[in-house]
Amino acid sequence: MSYIIKLEGGIPQVVADERFVIRTIDAVEVTRIERAILPFSHFQTLEGDEAAKVRAVWISPDDDFEPLVPRLLGLELIAVDFPVFRDGRGYSVATLLRSRYGWRGELRAIGDVLRDQLNYMRRCGFDAFAVRADKDIHDAIKSFGHYSVRYQGAVDDPVPLFRRRGDRS
Amino acid sequence: MQPDGQMYQYDEYDARLVAERVAEFRDQVARRLSGELSEEEFLPLRLQNGLYMQKHAYMLRVAIPYGVLSAAQLRMLAHIAHTYDRGYGHFTTRQNIQFNWIKLEEAPDILADLASVQMHAIQTSGNCVRNITTEQFAGVAKDELLDPRPLAEILRQWSTLNPEFAFLPRKFKIAISSSVEDRAAVRMHDVGIYVYKNDAGEKVLRVFAGGGLGRTPILSSQIRDNLPWQHLLSYVEAILRVYNRYGRRDNKYKARIKILVKALGADAFAAEVDEEWAHLKDGPATLTVQEYERVARFFTQDGYQPLDGDDQELERQMAQDKRFARWVKRNVRAHKVPGYAAVTLSTKPGAAVPPGDVTAAQMEKIAAWSERYGFGEVRIAHEQNVILPDIRKRDLHDLWQQAAESGLATANLGLLTDMISCPGGDYCSLANARSLPVAAAIAQRFDDLDFLYDLGDLSLNISGCINACGHHHMGNIGVLGVDKDGEEWYQVTIGGAQGNHSALGKVIGPSFRAEEMPGVIERVVDTFARLRIEGEPFIDTVARVGIEPFKSNVYCETP
Repeated sequence: MSYIIKLEGGIPQVVADERFVIRTIDAVEVTRIERAILPFSHFQTLEGDEAAKVRAVWISPDDDFEPLVPRLLGLELIAVDFPVFRDGRGYSVATLLRSRYGWRGELRAIGDVLRDQLNYMRRCGFDAFAVRADKDIHDAIKSFGHYSVRYQGAVDDPVPLFRRRGDRS
Repeated sequence: MQPDGQMYQYDEYDARLVAERVAEFRDQVARRLSGELSEEEFLPLRLQNGLYMQKHAYMLRVAIPYGVLSAAQLRMLAHIAHTYDRGYGHFTTRQNIQFNWIKLEEAPDILADLASVQMHAIQTSGNCVRNITTEQFAGVAKDELLDPRPLAEILRQWSTLNPEFAFLPRKFKIAISSSVEDRAAVRMHDVGIYVYKNDAGEKVLRVFAGGGLGRTPILSSQIRDNLPWQHLLSYVEAILRVYNRYGRRDNKYKARIKILVKALGADAFAAEVDEEWAHLKDGPATLTVQEYERVARFFTQDGYQPLDGDDQELERQMAQDKRFARWVKRNVRAHKVPGYAAVTLSTKPGAAVPPGDVTAAQMEKIAAWSERYGFGEVRIAHEQNVILPDIRKRDLHDLWQQAAESGLATANLGLLTDMISCPGGDYCSLANARSLPVAAAIAQRFDDLDFLYDLGDLSLNISGCINACGHHHMGNIGVLGVDKDGEEWYQVTIGGAQGNHSALGKVIGPSFRAEEMPGVIERVVDTFARLRIEGEPFIDTVARVGIEPFKSNVYCETP
């Protein structure tokens, strides 16, 4: 059992979570498949019943996930991996999943997920955050409260500030 | 408080965002000081707030959006220079200012002071969208087509804390210009935009991508023309998304967008952007006339007095004083309003002062002049000089006398000693070599203003390393500091140019030692003087005769 941050009704909460991320697939069959988050690279090789058993998949920023979006949309959860926090590709992947492909299920950030990135991640459509295990998740959750103003539209609110400024005058 | 001048004024949203940023950074600094954040984790956070670790101390780079400052803001920079630094600041080639002797624990207080005059250091470094730049004469230039500042401000807001593009493969620089002559070096930017009116009289954009200096200098390629201005943000978003997803991240020297554009080819890159843009076009990011006008209103200057007939007095003053006449000819520019002029105060009086360095006392003086003679507004040029954009011609002589007393009236604009230089190895930990002593030695060798004046327009740009902060590729003469077995050497390029005929300089041969540099520049200049057809600028001579004569003259006399 581990803990993640989840947005519940838009409010970040620390919650217990029973899913686990399979980083690499070896010959051994995955047990408890209903709790596993499988690599996209493995998921795309599965067919028929095997594919149907998968509930959750994680996407690496190197994965060409777009051709398989119709299959991804049938899952319970999609995770996006941040191999290192400086790698910002995951923000665009999340933006596309939400705004272009209409993913409405859980979108979880995994990997090098740190406190000072959480707000950007939320704005790009993540609603679950697996904060890196060596960091204090109760500290990390504080970072959502820093900003009340945003200039540009994003997944969380596609309407840029200038359209609201316009309304006021 | 509201800054004076005709510039963008924060409303409650802008002010709150900057205040929230200060609070966030205060918290991040506290966590770093307590050890909760590792240096590796803190690094991108401090960079996106303008804090670099240099050789001796932290350096803080403060954003001066598109180079526009009010008198009140300049006074605050003076205050910061004497309170938190050693009494001076350094204006950069990105129209920003750097303070070189900052204590980490004081940085949040400095940001709070800046916020009190509607300034910040957001995204002045790091792998994100940097300060949007334009030319220093925006709004006053006689050859201006449209004022680029409203769109620059709109881009500034869009790029500020943009959640999708805070961790790009590498830094990302955008410039925007709208005049006959390009003074914003548009084509050496990651994205460069020219704004103009098309045949139908509509405001449209010509967009270039993939320019940049550094290790692989490339001029940008045009990827779109005749784009209605309303699509500025969605189109730039499409460019950035393509870059964020596909730009290289395995090697920092190959991570700029120029490498991606080159690898795909400009046409294929443009097609990728178009495909992305098709999804964004006409979405909520589409700009409205209402927003454009809201922002543009701030830049409308209606304080001009109807003036004429001033030139006679000015001509009389020029006839009486040769030094004043020379300053007017070099450092004073035509203005779109009759009776007014735009004045450039040179920060390069000679060997004693590093290019771009201005003391707190000088900043106070400049702020006072901007109020006494202008509308309380100051500009910073990417050539590291300070501009007073709205000076009545009849006040020029007064202003000149006072500027001369403060060491700010050197009549060398565009001349060889109007050098661009990065801080180099004296400060910067990236540098391979020192830039400032070489700049000083060259300035000392060429201290005869009559001689420089005869040479005419000649740009000399110095970078202390391949990152090219001194824009050496764009100098008519470029100097690049290189490391050879732990020693400082300097490579010379010739033929670079900014503006409408942008060009990258060519290396003339093996590099030199620091002490050889004044002699090398002297031989380059002698070659020019010999081959020049009367009145020809240096760059035209190079275009006509090539670099060979320069090469042979420089190297045959090298011992």
